[in-house]
Amino acid sequence: MNVGIKIDHAVKIYKGFTAIHDLSLDIKPGEFFTLLGPSGCGKTTLLRMIAGFNSIEGGKFYFGDRLINDLDPSKRNIGMVFQNYAIFPHLTVRKNVAFGLQNRKMSKEQIQAQTDKFLKLMKIDEYADRMPEQLSGGQQQRVALARALAIEPDVLLMDEPLSNLDAKLRVEMREAIKEIQNSLGITTVYVTHDQEEAMAVSDRIAVMNKGDIQQIGTPKALYQRPENLFVATFIGRTNVINSKIYKDASGVGIVTDEGEKVPVAALIPELVEDGQEVVVSIRPEEFVIDQNNTKGISATVVYSTFLGLNTHYFCDLDNGQRVEIIQESKIDDIIQNGTKLKLDIKTEKINIYTKDGSKALVK
Amino acid sequence: MTRKLKKFDFWVVASIVVLALYILFMLYPMLKVLIQSFVDSETGKFSLMHFQKFFSQPYYFGTLLNSFKVAVASAFFALLIGIPLAYFYNVYRIRGAKTLQMLIILSSMSAPFLGAYSWILLLGRSGVITKFLEGLLGITMPSIYGFKGIVLVLVSKLYPLVFLYVSGAIKNIDSSLLEASANMGRTGLKRFFTVVIPLCMPSILAAALMVFMRALADFGTPMMIGEGYMTFPVIIYTSYVGEVGTDHNFASAVSIIAVVITLIVFLAQSYATKKTTFSMSAMHHIERKEAKTLPSILMHIYSYGVVAVSIFPQIYLIYLSFRKTSSNGNAFKPGFSLDSYKYVFENMGSSIWNTIRICGGALILIIIMAILISYLVVRRNNAINRVIDTMSMIPYIIPGAVIGIALILAFNNPKFPLVGTAWILIISMCIRRIPYTIRSSVAILGQIPMSIDEASESLGAGKLKTLIKVTIPMMLNGIFSGAVMSWVTLITELSSSLLLYTFRTMTLNIAVYVMVAKGSDGRACAMATILTLFTVITLLIFNKFSKDGEIMM
Ligand SMILES: Nc1ncnc2c1ncn2[C@@H]1O[C@H](COP(=O)(O)OP(=O)(O)OP(=O)(O)O)[C@@H](O)[C@H]1O
Ligand SMILES: [Mg+2]
Repeated sequence: MNVGIKIDHAVKIYKGFTAIHDLSLDIKPGEFFTLLGPSGCGKTTLLRMIAGFNSIEGGKFYFGDRLINDLDPSKRNIGMVFQNYAIFPHLTVRKNVAFGLQNRKMSKEQIQAQTDKFLKLMKIDEYADRMPEQLSGGQQQRVALARALAIEPDVLLMDEPLSNLDAKLRVEMREAIKEIQNSLGITTVYVTHDQEEAMAVSDRIAVMNKGDIQQIGTPKALYQRPENLFVATFIGRTNVINSKIYKDASGVGIVTDEGEKVPVAALIPELVEDGQEVVVSIRPEEFVIDQNNTKGISATVVYSTFLGLNTHYFCDLDNGQRVEIIQESKIDDIIQNGTKLKLDIKTEKINIYTKDGSKALVK
Repeated sequence: MTRKLKKFDFWVVASIVVLALYILFMLYPMLKVLIQSFVDSETGKFSLMHFQKFFSQPYYFGTLLNSFKVAVASAFFALLIGIPLAYFYNVYRIRGAKTLQMLIILSSMSAPFLGAYSWILLLGRSGVITKFLEGLLGITMPSIYGFKGIVLVLVSKLYPLVFLYVSGAIKNIDSSLLEASANMGRTGLKRFFTVVIPLCMPSILAAALMVFMRALADFGTPMMIGEGYMTFPVIIYTSYVGEVGTDHNFASAVSIIAVVITLIVFLAQSYATKKTTFSMSAMHHIERKEAKTLPSILMHIYSYGVVAVSIFPQIYLIYLSFRKTSSNGNAFKPGFSLDSYKYVFENMGSSIWNTIRICGGALILIIIMAILISYLVVRRNNAINRVIDTMSMIPYIIPGAVIGIALILAFNNPKFPLVGTAWILIISMCIRRIPYTIRSSVAILGQIPMSIDEASESLGAGKLKTLIKVTIPMMLNGIFSGAVMSWVTLITELSSSLLLYTFRTMTLNIAVYVMVAKGSDGRACAMATILTLFTVITLLIFNKFSKDGEIMM
């Protein structure tokens, strides 16, 4: 059974410190939903409120239509995967996976069958009779996942489940998690501070900062149309440049330091006025290097890094600001340090915000 | 605020029950003692006469000084002997190290008064060694009675505590620290004093306090070997059971003074420890190294010498238990026989059964309480449980004799007549032992991450089920090693039991004491041997089942 999760004006206060002020969320049934944000922003806090391990100081939590505020964690039918796995060290892998099933009215045969199914699904059936301490980190993570899934929970909660694994295993496991979530279609809330991981697995992501949600959206929306400067800088890399709006008969756009007008079609004309100071977020790949010096902002190459697929150029603008540009690597020579050139902008992709960064001015 | 009142919760009930038990069996009795200490024995009115009596008469006041001298000297010598032993044992390769450790632990595991008794038989006025030296060489041994004897006995019983504490600390020193100091040119003695000792300081202080407290509160040893040298547990006991007539009120007053003094020492130690505490955990444990030949020989002589001296009295008692005795059991005759054992099994068999039933009952209760309390303290941090935490530490500073008196004053009453039953012994044992067991359980539980409990709950196990199926099994190894130590201290507990027993609830340990007091040496030795057998069996069981062989004090 798939349920949605609805959170209505949640508040969390730890001894006078408000960790979550007023947070609302709507997670659809079967959705892979990720809470993403810097350390200390309240991801774990929110997840544990959903799980029932944290008291709730305000607001309402629903699974489907059911209010769960006062429901004991053991009755919420959740599967939880912990950062440190929290595998029972005194039980074998099989008994760990069967643990949740034994708390239900199920026959021995049913338990056995269900356990086997998930041991196989997570590809740990060959370790079924080992003790947890005889497993590698990745295998332990699989046990934790199998154990959480075996009870066929209504929702699956994961708190940074991959952060203890090495980089390669992390990628491998996240594929596995995504695949299984897809095939079981179970509503999942996933916590991570690794944005690449979030993008890779999520249907939608909520970006959090200091206990508030900054934006909820698909990975694509978050990357291409971040709603504020915090999201723009937190997700992916970007260059933030101060600029001014022009708005006249010819249309709207931004004015470069050199006074050149750059039309930006995506700007919402009603939101801007001529001469307004704004910040522009231009991702490294949204610059186009023009070595012929015809169009764009003047810049000087300071140094470059060749990374195979792409080459990163670090350039200084005339006002001294350092920007990063990513270009697909060419077979020609890498541009020499000290070369003067111009940077054209892919205006349809860039984002423009009010001066304080709080509001997006593009469609 | 949408939060409803907390529903019925197993742990809430547990908190309340535990708190109620502490109030009934500890606070209430101690309050009784406090009240009694301010009551005039004759008129029943409020009076400070007992305190005046204690502080004005050198005879009484002197016991306090005596106790202090004994405790300080014992702690000093126990450290002096125990620290090098721990260092040698953990840093260098000693032949037969495992056996050595077993013997060290074993030598600490009998009641101190038995040690005193055996030393008297060896070095006393008519002791074998004394006689031997006098007869053969004409040397007169210095008297073993009094201060020197008490300290000798206590040190030989208590240095193992220092050994275990300091060994624990050395095990936590990362070997790289020793290597680093060697790199910088510090080795040998200099390294021992400037690196190892400071790193072990918190444990050394803790061990010193333990030894000090035990020595301060020990009653059997000064009673047995002190002769005129009175310490205050002896005063408490004699003014309570008194040959000269009993005075409950005076005994209460001395008890209160004893508790206050112990408290002061305890607080001083906590303060000192706080100043020296740092956390250490070794990634690479120190590997035992082979020492150079001469130092190695000296270390072996030292280690085995210490152990031999401390274990010899126990072995001597075992030897005596197989000796022929006169028909009343009082004097030893040449030759061997099993008569002493025959007598014990025929006439004193009930004390063996009492030991099992009373100490076993107490042990079970202690384990249950320790699990509950440590869970409350570690996992349910709220006001009530913090009070419980503090309360659980109180018995730590109450000498055994005081607990005995408190329980009598509280439950020698027709409405709640526990005095004379086995229950009162069980209760006193629980109270005395629980602080230690709780400390170790708290340490164990603190190492189990909270998420393990939460994982269990998220998988649908309720609170009680989580405790039984997850938490307790994970604590088991630690609890088990704590229980071993508890069991041994329980079967050798004397100072409160001696006030509380009746002939129907006499345990082996008390029976030995009574036999010794009566002068039935052979039978006393036989029972002491049975007691030692209990201990050895406990240790063997422990070694068989324990994972890492660590004993928790
Ligand atoms: N038990 C607690 N008592 C008091 N404050 C707490 C407690 N738990 C968390 N906090 C505070 O609440 C805030 C949010 O913490 P939380 O653990 O939810 O962060 P997080 O987003 O999960 O961070 P991380 O990525 O580092 O895990 C932090 O400022 C933290 O200090
Ligand atoms: Mg967290």
